[in-house]
Amino acid sequence: MLSAEQRAALEAYYGLDKPPIQQYFVWLGDALQGNFGFSIRHGSAVLPLIIEHFPITLELAFMAIVIALGIGIPIGILSAIRHNSLIDLFGRMFSMLGLAVPNFLLGTLIIYVLSVYFGILPNSGNYTSFSEDPWLNIQQLIFPAITMGFSFSASVMRMTRSAMLEVMNEDYVRTARSKGLRESVVIRRHALRNALIPVVTLIGVEFGYLLGGAFITEQIFSLPGIGRLAVNAISQREYALVQGVTLFIAINFVIVNLAVDLIYAAIDPRISYASHE
Amino acid sequence: MPAMNKAVSLNQPMKPLERGPLREFLRNFRHNLSGMVGVILVGLFVLISVAGILKITPFPILEQHPLDRLKAPGEIPAYILGTDQFGRDVASNLMKGGANSLQVATLSVLMATLAGTFVGAIAGYLGGNPDTILMRLMDILFAFPSLLLALLIVTIRGPGLENTILAIAIVYTPIFARVARGPVLSLKETEFVTAARCIGAPETRILLRHVLPNMLAPLIVQVSLALSWALITEAGLSFLGLGTQPPEPSWGLMLSSNRGLAEIAPWLIMYPGLAIMLGVLGFNLLGDGLRDVLDPRMRGRR
Repeated sequence: MLSAEQRAALEAYYGLDKPPIQQYFVWLGDALQGNFGFSIRHGSAVLPLIIEHFPITLELAFMAIVIALGIGIPIGILSAIRHNSLIDLFGRMFSMLGLAVPNFLLGTLIIYVLSVYFGILPNSGNYTSFSEDPWLNIQQLIFPAITMGFSFSASVMRMTRSAMLEVMNEDYVRTARSKGLRESVVIRRHALRNALIPVVTLIGVEFGYLLGGAFITEQIFSLPGIGRLAVNAISQREYALVQGVTLFIAINFVIVNLAVDLIYAAIDPRISYASHE
Repeated sequence: MPAMNKAVSLNQPMKPLERGPLREFLRNFRHNLSGMVGVILVGLFVLISVAGILKITPFPILEQHPLDRLKAPGEIPAYILGTDQFGRDVASNLMKGGANSLQVATLSVLMATLAGTFVGAIAGYLGGNPDTILMRLMDILFAFPSLLLALLIVTIRGPGLENTILAIAIVYTPIFARVARGPVLSLKETEFVTAARCIGAPETRILLRHVLPNMLAPLIVQVSLALSWALITEAGLSFLGLGTQPPEPSWGLMLSSNRGLAEIAPWLIMYPGLAIMLGVLGFNLLGDGLRDVLDPRMRGRR
């Protein structure tokens, strides 16, 4: 056990002898200067740790988005243009299923199927970065990315479908048809371009979530991203690290949402932030 | 908890809905396929969970049968869904796990609904500065990904059932605040609210008897959807070891603790997985069905 003097010295060292409000402002002042404190377990400052773990989360999020859009948009369009057909029914069942399967379940099942039927064991700790070996890196990340992208593909599909259905009833689509354009041109040039606007919002919100929400996927697949960093920090009670990661994720989230609002104005000329609103 | 006391009394004005509209609602709802499938799945979930709460399970919960470890379903007829590595009956554990999930989901969503509706309704009704301050506070909570916020609250307060409930409740409060604020903004400008004010009705009475009954529809839909998210969040937290604590059974916990055994005993992850999936699916379908019937304008949206 610590003696009273040692305890007092340590408390003074970590600033724990000051009142909480003052501690908070000390932390805030440091954070504003880029100093998020020190991680005792890692023996390193918090910010470099976050920067070290962030690329893999970023890459995962990108891959998950690409997968989700690749699956969700085509199925959504098909579902909408063949409204109430068998394809539509399957599409809707797919989206319902996608929303009902949590990523920790999908990840567990993917690992199970891979290990039992294909004899591939998930990599544990031997993560290769993209710059070292791009091909191996993608092989290691593809299944986690599917795990994260699957449920998002379901929401993309639902959003594409409902937006397409709405747009297909618009006057300008009827006009495009009546001037004799081919159906594929009507769908691509007139309907889809408008239908994708709400999907862009969805991507933005989801990207924000993926950047900070990969706790479970990274944990299942043992990937050293910031999600895993955060979960480990929580179980090891590394408060400075938890605070730092949280702040980092929240800032990401806000920046991504701001970017989406700006992109929104760029792709939809009807929206302008020049005047009020 | 002042927010809760206040909001419990909000339930009174549900009366005017009971006769005509309710019957019409039931008539429409019966023809809604997804809604009915949702009702059946949710009904099953509740049935199993209530049996778990009342301890009507095939075997006493957590009872170990060391001689019958890792039996596959059907290998010994008494263990319908097999046993785990300690010889515990999977079916009984699933029932108690369902009971725990249901308890967390309903309590947390109830708290979020009451607190969120209270904040949203007050903000929308008062407008001006109170509105700005309350909704900005909600926006701050909204700026965190939901699982991160739940993790944070659990970090601060420690894992366990009560803190899981509290965490999920706080995460979903801003959603209810937003859902409640919108209708209040338009409702407070309506003529019947002006009329009520003209005959001298106090503000609380206007809010409770005239405004609230008219915003029940979106709230009910949101409750159903929130229950499905709460199920996922609870299972996710337990999966990470930060929700329900062992030995108390939980679906998320069963999934994570049996992951390593999946190869030799796949039923240990199949059944909890299936249970989570069907529970979430049930509340999602129910919410969609309710939305189709209660709010035709939103049909087909997310």
